[in-house]
Amino acid sequence: MVNGILDYLWLVPALPLLGVVLNGAIALYAERPLLLKEAGLPLAGGHGAGHGSHGDAHGAASHGSADGHHETPAYRKLVAFIAPAVVGAAFVVALLCVLSLASRPADGRTFVQILFPWIQAGSLLVPAALQLDPLSSVMALVVTGVGFLIHVYSVGYMSHERAFARYFVYLNLFMFAMLTLVLANNYLLMFVGWEGVGLCSYLLIGFWYEKQSASDAGKKAFVANRIGDFGVLLAMFLVFWTFGSLSYTEVFARVPLLRESGVLTTGLATAITLLLFLGATGKSAQIPLYVWLPDAMEGPTPVSALIHAATMVTAGVYMVARSSALFLLAPDTMMVVAVIGAVTAIFSATIGICQTDIKRVLAYSTVSQLGYMFLACGVGAFTAAIFHLMTHAFFKALLFLGSGSVIHALSGEQDMRKMGGLKKYVPVTFVTMFAATLAISGIPGLSGFFSKDEILWQSFSSSHGSPILWGIGALAAGITAFYMFRLVFLTFFGESRMDPEVERHAHESPWTMTVPLTILAVLSVAGGWIGIPAVLGGSNRFEHWLAPVFHPVAAAGAHGVAAAGAAHAAEAVAHHSTTLEFGLMALSVAIALCGIALAYFLYRVRTGKPAEIASRWPTLYDVVYNKYYIDEFYEWAVIRRIVTFSTGLWQMFDALFIDGIVNGIADLVRGAGDRVRRLQGGVVGGYAFSLLAGAVLLVGYILYRSVVQ
Amino acid sequence: MIAPSAYLLLSAILFGIGVAGVVTRKNVLIILMSVELMLNGVNVAFVAAGSYLGDVGGGVFAFMVMTVAAAEAAVGLALLIALYRLKETVDITELKVLKW
Repeated sequence: MVNGILDYLWLVPALPLLGVVLNGAIALYAERPLLLKEAGLPLAGGHGAGHGSHGDAHGAASHGSADGHHETPAYRKLVAFIAPAVVGAAFVVALLCVLSLASRPADGRTFVQILFPWIQAGSLLVPAALQLDPLSSVMALVVTGVGFLIHVYSVGYMSHERAFARYFVYLNLFMFAMLTLVLANNYLLMFVGWEGVGLCSYLLIGFWYEKQSASDAGKKAFVANRIGDFGVLLAMFLVFWTFGSLSYTEVFARVPLLRESGVLTTGLATAITLLLFLGATGKSAQIPLYVWLPDAMEGPTPVSALIHAATMVTAGVYMVARSSALFLLAPDTMMVVAVIGAVTAIFSATIGICQTDIKRVLAYSTVSQLGYMFLACGVGAFTAAIFHLMTHAFFKALLFLGSGSVIHALSGEQDMRKMGGLKKYVPVTFVTMFAATLAISGIPGLSGFFSKDEILWQSFSSSHGSPILWGIGALAAGITAFYMFRLVFLTFFGESRMDPEVERHAHESPWTMTVPLTILAVLSVAGGWIGIPAVLGGSNRFEHWLAPVFHPVAAAGAHGVAAAGAAHAAEAVAHHSTTLEFGLMALSVAIALCGIALAYFLYRVRTGKPAEIASRWPTLYDVVYNKYYIDEFYEWAVIRRIVTFSTGLWQMFDALFIDGIVNGIADLVRGAGDRVRRLQGGVVGGYAFSLLAGAVLLVGYILYRSVVQ
Repeated sequence: MIAPSAYLLLSAILFGIGVAGVVTRKNVLIILMSVELMLNGVNVAFVAAGSYLGDVGGGVFAFMVMTVAAAEAAVGLALLIALYRLKETVDITELKVLKW
């Protein structure tokens, strides 16, 4: 074949799947018997404990104490090798594939690999097919690259964990599902990955299922995602109904034709895209379905980094960007996306100000940054959205892993009020996290600056944008800088507020954790350099790379009534004066610096001030601290209504109607039987007489019939 | 020559007496005898019809019925003896354990 390495594209999702199988076998046959024995439960599967010496599992109990006193059993070493290795191999294959793709001419950079026919029902033909194009290659590289680093980190972070193999089974399964999602060539296969990552998210949030709050958080995430999935399903039905296909290449190729023939009305496009966006709000934690993401922090920290910051939650952004051809036809949807994104960005940023749990601050920050990405999508700047998706994956994964390193050092402490002065204990963590904080705050030169500024500029200048959107975005950027520096100051600077006992054990993490931190720090700093905009003397290679995905789309959109989109936006960019762009850039940087300065003032200079402010406006503080009581509002407005309604249904419909029918029939039959059984009197003569009577009647009837005829 | 209807009448009378015996009598032995009477009533009809129609089938069937009747009598009497040993009675009305 002429495709070379691209023919091995299927290996990218298949390698993590291999990891699932191998680690799954180890988890079932080596780890599970050990854990059951430890818990004093009978061995279900006979003598399964082939690997591993006895007495090692209880060593895991002392989380946070000095490492390495007990011998690591062989099966754990095997898992610790297999799980990162398969993901690393997937990364290498993906990288080679992308390099091979990049060597092609720009308009030929779409490679589709059909693996096997999957569903054939009437006119519905869905093959299991993978697609590598500039968009999915960015996603695949980010997912496998960051995923590999987090797998390595997990080996260190979870070293005290008993269910070590089970954890890596889930993590590998997640990689498989996520790669299926991004590499799929059609909506249905993407949906398989979509549901797969949801399942893994559920499993990993509830990883410590003995803890009530963890299992509740898992359920909450799952239910919130189901609401979104319902939208995706309906959107898929509509797409199939309209286009007669679910594959990206066919659907998007048919857009201009159906647009001209009037089949694809703006209303239809709006319905499809709004339903898709409903799915995106669930998966990517946007208003109104964002509530599950902060609770998802109950899972292990590397999971928060991988699934709930870097990869899975960006699936919604990816899907919107992937369907950009449809979104550009629906200006109403674009506005909804932009507004939801902007509001989510600022809304969750304000919640982040008052949180005291280090991971929750980062969780709200993630929601906020995802809002940015949707803001970018909503103004038609899909390239900027994907660019921010990538840089965010670097610095937010780093922030989460750094916070995990802090938590690890402090024997599981997550409350920032009980930290402080940590930089001398965990220097590597401090330096890397500080780099990520600078990046997310939008300090010029770092990755976050380029992507965030691109979004802000587009939200101002694009034909879908407006100064209001820019203002909200810039303000959210300032708040982001504020709460991120608050986090850094509270954690690493100042006086120690740690437990003396905890402080004595505080230690830097092992190399498996610090090396991924360092690599991610380099990426957080330098990752944005591939997208330096022209106005700053860069060539914005990132935009050129993605152009084949988004620009033909804009050309197609220009035929329609809703002629707008990226081409238009790109023109607008070119036509706007560079002075304006520089001015806005300086302004947003200044706002970010103000946020940093404020954080410095409140948490380094006048450390008593925050409490004072809180006590001066107790109601305001209370409302923000309690996350605007949104959870309570949902509890009251939705959950309790549903419970009441369901209880009503159960009592009225189920207990009265359904049970009534079933029990009624039973009563009828029993009553009839009770009467009929009297016929069986036990007198043989009676039976003989009935026999006779029956025979007489029968003969009489036959005679009557013959006479009548 | 006697008219065929006379044979059929005789057959019906025999059968009727048999039926009346089965339905009304309490002694199992009598009931068994009544059953034999019914069977023989049928036999009369078979033979008469066979003769009237010139068909040997009627006679053949009569023999068939006799064979079955012999077997039935053997089994029936065996049951009767077993019953008597168990209950020390041959009154059919006493046998009403299987009801409701």
